[in-house]
Amino acid sequence: MARILIQFAHPALEKSRVNRRLIAAVESLDFVTVNDLYEQYPDFDINVQREQELLLAHEVVVLHHPFYWYSSPAMIKQWEDLVLEHGWAYGRTGNALAGKRMLNAITTGGRQDAYQETGANRFTIQQLLAPFEQTARLCQMQYLPPFVVHGSLRITDAEIDAAAIRYRELLTLLSMGQTTDYASLQAPFLNDLAN
Amino acid sequence: MSQSVLLQALVYLAAAVLFVPLAKRFGLGSVLGYLVAGMVIGPAVLGLVGAEGQDVMHVAEFGVVMMLFLVGLELEPALLWKLRTPILGLGGLQVVMTSLALAGLAMVVGIEWKPAVALGLILAMSSTAIVLQTYKEQNQLGTPAGQGTFSVLLFQDIAVIPILAILPLLAIQPAAAGEASAANHNLLASAPGWLRALALVAAVAGVVGLGKYGMRPIFRLVARSGLREVFIATALLLVGGVAVLMELVGLSPALGAFVAGVVLATSEYKHEIESDIDPFKGLLLGLFFMSVGAAIDFGLIRENPWLIAGAVVAVMLAKTAVLLVLGQRFTGNRAQNVTLALGLSQIGEFAFVLLSFTTQNGILTQRITSIATAVVAISMALTPLVFLLNERVIQPRLGPAAAPEREADAIEEKNPVIIAGFGRYGNIVGRFLRANDIGTTVLDFDADRVETLRQLGLRVYYGDASRYDLLHSAGASQAKVIIIALDSSARALELVALVRRHFPHLRILVRAHDRPDAYEFFEAGLTDVYRETVDSSLRLGVDALRLLGVRAYHAQRAARTFLRHDELALRELAAVRKDRKTYFSTARQRIQELEQLLHFDAANENLGEVNEGWDNESLRQEVPPGSPAPTAPQAPIE
Repeated sequence: MARILIQFAHPALEKSRVNRRLIAAVESLDFVTVNDLYEQYPDFDINVQREQELLLAHEVVVLHHPFYWYSSPAMIKQWEDLVLEHGWAYGRTGNALAGKRMLNAITTGGRQDAYQETGANRFTIQQLLAPFEQTARLCQMQYLPPFVVHGSLRITDAEIDAAAIRYRELLTLLSMGQTTDYASLQAPFLNDLAN
Repeated sequence: MSQSVLLQALVYLAAAVLFVPLAKRFGLGSVLGYLVAGMVIGPAVLGLVGAEGQDVMHVAEFGVVMMLFLVGLELEPALLWKLRTPILGLGGLQVVMTSLALAGLAMVVGIEWKPAVALGLILAMSSTAIVLQTYKEQNQLGTPAGQGTFSVLLFQDIAVIPILAILPLLAIQPAAAGEASAANHNLLASAPGWLRALALVAAVAGVVGLGKYGMRPIFRLVARSGLREVFIATALLLVGGVAVLMELVGLSPALGAFVAGVVLATSEYKHEIESDIDPFKGLLLGLFFMSVGAAIDFGLIRENPWLIAGAVVAVMLAKTAVLLVLGQRFTGNRAQNVTLALGLSQIGEFAFVLLSFTTQNGILTQRITSIATAVVAISMALTPLVFLLNERVIQPRLGPAAAPEREADAIEEKNPVIIAGFGRYGNIVGRFLRANDIGTTVLDFDADRVETLRQLGLRVYYGDASRYDLLHSAGASQAKVIIIALDSSARALELVALVRRHFPHLRILVRAHDRPDAYEFFEAGLTDVYRETVDSSLRLGVDALRLLGVRAYHAQRAARTFLRHDELALRELAAVRKDRKTYFSTARQRIQELEQLLHFDAANENLGEVNEGWDNESLRQEVPPGSPAPTAPQAPIE
């Protein structure tokens, strides 16, 4: 069973409806480690050594965060800048993450139809996540389609529960599956992964 | 001689240590424990204490004086004024009606009217020592029954003075005046009435004046010396002095002490005096109860079992009946009224004093006096049982108890956080938590500071947080976190041990003054140890770096890195401290590391740690100059 590291970043979790329940649904899985970055490093003083050890101990890295300004909260960027060191994560001698899998698990305020060329946001989620995809590539990781919960501002409790259950199912599938199963995965969202 | 005193003290202490916890364990209250202890060591059972028991009782009566002083201390004049109706009404009526009823009873069994009235007056007294102590132990002083009880007892204390004046008029045979005054230590017994009255007024005015204007500067002076034992001595001297003065002018010492207490109730040194006197009061009261237990003459009881038993039951029933009638209006609640009446049904310790006074004055015969003494002692011994009977059997049948009211000085708040020590450190923590709507209960040992903060409207409580009872009443069993910010690390360690033992669920966050302090706390098994200077020093350091041209974020991260290393070193050193050799070598090594950290030299490896993520040196080496970077991302920092 592949171990999954959830790099979770939410600067105001106490105000979150969706993310809190998503995390609650998966943190009890024994193959999942939830690394709550804002709780761990409230002053952005990231412990690089600890983070690199965590990465080495897991096969799947989930960057789990709300989709702020078409990207992640600042903490995720800080984490990338500090932890994915040259010579360790990338570069001629940087192979530490080679072969691992990475994806984004995000919640968006806008509805799914807003993230289209004709929609209000003019780009698809996949296009907007391109920097993450390329980061994974540069670190020789396989980048998987994102898990997305759309319309978090209007979502009903029942829909949140459904999303949380789906998240748990998908992480379980990811943990059980082989890397190659996803090489040909064409679905735009991990949400659509067949059971 | 001194050895025999010491031996006696040992006997009393041992008896107390043995019996009181036992009595408490069986839910019987400490008073009964002391009484039983007294009976056991007394002539009746072991005979370890004998004739000197009476002297011991005289010494121990000082405990009652202290108790009334403490009661006065907790009773602000405004509250006393509020109680004036029950004190005069309920108290006055109780003394008069009970005296008449008991005198009537005495006459029925064939005692002449004069000694019968004397007996009535004497037996109308209830035991301040036992009853107040019990109410305090059960935290019931704020209930209607408690207030009524207190009013009655206070009036009785005042009534002792006129009773002492009336008793000689009831004499059936003239007594030697010298004897009476000697027994009473009353200098003015033979002086004319007006002079005595004048002396009395002057003495009370003296006590009030001293308390209001004289004691403050004295206490301030002593407190400034910082010697706790001198402060305790001053407090004891005050109580003792007032007691002696009152006795000289023929007033009840307990009443005088009560007045002194009330006058000091608004003083800023109130709590400090209170906590200093309290243990003495407790010990002396215990001694008093034990001497009561020891004084019970079992020989006499064996000779007249039915007479004495009958007298005890009759007196207690009569006293209860009178208060059942009087108390109904005051308490307005049947259950409370029963508690009030039963609680005051015994005869009090003043009866011993008055009985010896009557014998000396030839008011009562020796036989009546001895029987009455036995009755008094037995009724006192029965009191804890009466309380138990009321609590376990009678009250449950009278329906739910009235909700007890808030006691004057009790800490009622139940907050998740307790802060011990509200000095320069604790007050910042406390203000921060309050600003975030976290309920905090603050305890501080500096009475001056407490008063000042209270004037500013902050809910701060005076007290030595390392005392179990105070911690308990501060809600330690419900709280989640205790923040220890005491000035003395020795006291902080005591508190840590106490919390560990009695409130193991509390998370302890402790402030340490410096490294050695922090080591002590680590050794005590704590993990949340905060050195008070380290954060502020580093903030200053960061600002200094910035003034020298270092970029703010770099300086900030350098400080964080420094702190991390320092904390790590601290914990490592705490672990090896016992081994001095290792300690010094590790310390040297750590100091060298810290020095290295301070060198902002590009060649220094520790520096790299500050900037690793943004360091593009290795990247520059990988990408030759002039060529495009095929696989490298844009370096985040140039």
